[in-house]
Amino acid sequence: MVNLPAIVKISLRALLVNRMRSALTMLGMIIGVAAVITMMAVGTGAGDRIAAQMASMGSNLLMVFSGAATTGGSRMGAGTMPTLTMRDTEAIRKECPAVEDAAPIVNGTLQVVYGNQNWSTIVIGTTPNMLEIREWPVSEGRPFQWEDVRSATKVCLLGQTLVDNLFLGADPLGQTVRIKNVPFTVIGILKKKGQNPTGQDQDDTIYVPITTGQKRLFGAQLFDMVRIIFVKAKSFDDLDSAETQITELLRQRHHIGPRQDDDFNVRNLTQIMQSAQSAVNTVTTLLSAIASVSLLVGGIGIMNIMLVSVTERTKEIGVRMAVGAKSVDIRFQFLIEALLLSLIGGALGIVLGIAGAQVFASVVGAPVIITLSSILLAFGFSAAVGVFFGYYPAYKASQLDPIEALRYE
Amino acid sequence: MIAVENIRRVYTPGGTPVVALNDVSLNIGTGEFVAVMGPSGSGKSTFMHIIGCLDRPTSGAYRLDGEDVSGFSKDKLAEVRGKKIGFVFQGFNLIPRTTAVENVELPMLYNGFEAKERRRRALEALITVGLEEKADRRPNELSGGQQQRVAIARAIVNDALIMLADEPTGNLDTKTSQEIMELFVRLNREAGKTIIVVTHEPDIASYAKRTVRFRDGNITKDERKW
Ligand SMILES: Nc1ncnc2c1ncn2[C@@H]1O[C@H](COP(=O)(O)OP(=O)(O)O)[C@@H](O)[C@H]1O
Ligand SMILES: [Mg+2]
Repeated sequence: MVNLPAIVKISLRALLVNRMRSALTMLGMIIGVAAVITMMAVGTGAGDRIAAQMASMGSNLLMVFSGAATTGGSRMGAGTMPTLTMRDTEAIRKECPAVEDAAPIVNGTLQVVYGNQNWSTIVIGTTPNMLEIREWPVSEGRPFQWEDVRSATKVCLLGQTLVDNLFLGADPLGQTVRIKNVPFTVIGILKKKGQNPTGQDQDDTIYVPITTGQKRLFGAQLFDMVRIIFVKAKSFDDLDSAETQITELLRQRHHIGPRQDDDFNVRNLTQIMQSAQSAVNTVTTLLSAIASVSLLVGGIGIMNIMLVSVTERTKEIGVRMAVGAKSVDIRFQFLIEALLLSLIGGALGIVLGIAGAQVFASVVGAPVIITLSSILLAFGFSAAVGVFFGYYPAYKASQLDPIEALRYE
Repeated sequence: MIAVENIRRVYTPGGTPVVALNDVSLNIGTGEFVAVMGPSGSGKSTFMHIIGCLDRPTSGAYRLDGEDVSGFSKDKLAEVRGKKIGFVFQGFNLIPRTTAVENVELPMLYNGFEAKERRRRALEALITVGLEEKADRRPNELSGGQQQRVAIARAIVNDALIMLADEPTGNLDTKTSQEIMELFVRLNREAGKTIIVVTHEPDIASYAKRTVRFRDGNITKDERKW
């Protein structure tokens, strides 16, 4: 049986004797592991953020925008004449089998005034089912009803950012805010939602019944017209067919000829999010792979130092063999020495990597997530590097001839 | 105890064979104190390596303690060394940066002793060689004679039956050499160790009860003092 505690002690001492050399050798591992940990933390953080934003948008969503498709960029608030109507929304709801629900939006950036405070925000006119489609409940008060839409009542729901900036701690419920000098009664507060995938603060908004918005806020030109229709598909698998059905339906309703371009465009949010997420995953994997190359370099450094160490200590090996060390004892001694180098290096690298991720988080302001699995992976990888690169020198040491080794000066 | 029969050891380093031991037969009984003499290159060290289980004969038989070890594997030989043999070298061969007591513990490291027991026996061995006060010194803090005493303590700590010393006084002055040889005599007489010492010097050989002479890989003389 190999006497493990004694051998670990021997190995530790050997490493301590050559402090500087051990430290430099570990540095390769430290940098490699730290890089992997940081990359994975940043990547996981980014992926997680996308997932959270995806969830905050509501699931299985399509957005139908007024106007022809543009490459990239949002059309929200663009000055073009809307081409979609309330009746289009109803048609989508009723005639597309893959669609569960649809809600229209008119919007614009306007000043909201309360007392002597004012705040410029995105005013959204919509219907009550919008809150269900976006999975966005009110946290206080009540949402507006279809009745409010029919009679164009002057009520509103405030986003949390607005509550914070206009009311400064006061209770907004029942208060009156003014938009374009039209008084709106605050009947509810929207639950805090955070940023959307493009980095916008989704809570910096105010919801009003769509009819009120059309008539009172966005001018006569918008009467019956909507800028965006939010569509919720029946399921994730229905997203594609929903998109096709909506496109067909709208082309038909808008009398668009076979060679004409659409005067609307449909965006599949879930797909966009998912491709963003898989892009993040790819980049994370790539960066981690690059980082693990330095682990390889660290491993080669360990092998190099271990070969030097075996040569330097040839005589010691001879003495150990002479007093009864078997080749397995010698192999273990040097293997453990290599393993200690890689594991201590790995542990320090994990610490440094966590620190690096925190620094990244605070400098760049992006969230990072350090998972237990990434730490275990890094540690396991370090151990594997130690064993892999330590084995050959250890094997070499164990195969020395005791007489030759004793004669070595 | 030690019975070698017609052993031969041929080295073939660069193709041309070198006969280090030609045809050696010898019996050494328990408790003997043997000096091995002979000119340089006569095969003394080679002989010691073989009876010390560091090397195997090219042909011939070696029975140690009733056991034929000539066909043993490397690891099996290591085990035999650890249990039955203690080496003392000309150059002391202590492990640097390691205290005297830890050096003495070394053979027990590979023999499944508990840490406490190792320490106890190592200190006991250091007392036997009169170095208990230097237990925590490192080799570079000890004189040559003291280092050789540590090496002797290391050789006896396992209760090895046989001590093999290849020119143990080669690096020591006359007075220290005498002290070391007296220690061997004491171990032989009081602890009943079988001791084989290789030496050039008749003075050193005179401590032994029996002298074996080598020449060109053969034993030419084997005489007992009394
Ligand atoms: N490893 C070796 N390879 C080749 N020749 C060797 C080796 N070891 C010893 N010899 C040769 O064997 C002979 C006996 O050597 P050795 O036993 O060391 O003699 P001694 O110890 O009596 O001086 C010498 O001629 C020496 O050169
Ligand atoms: Mg010699």
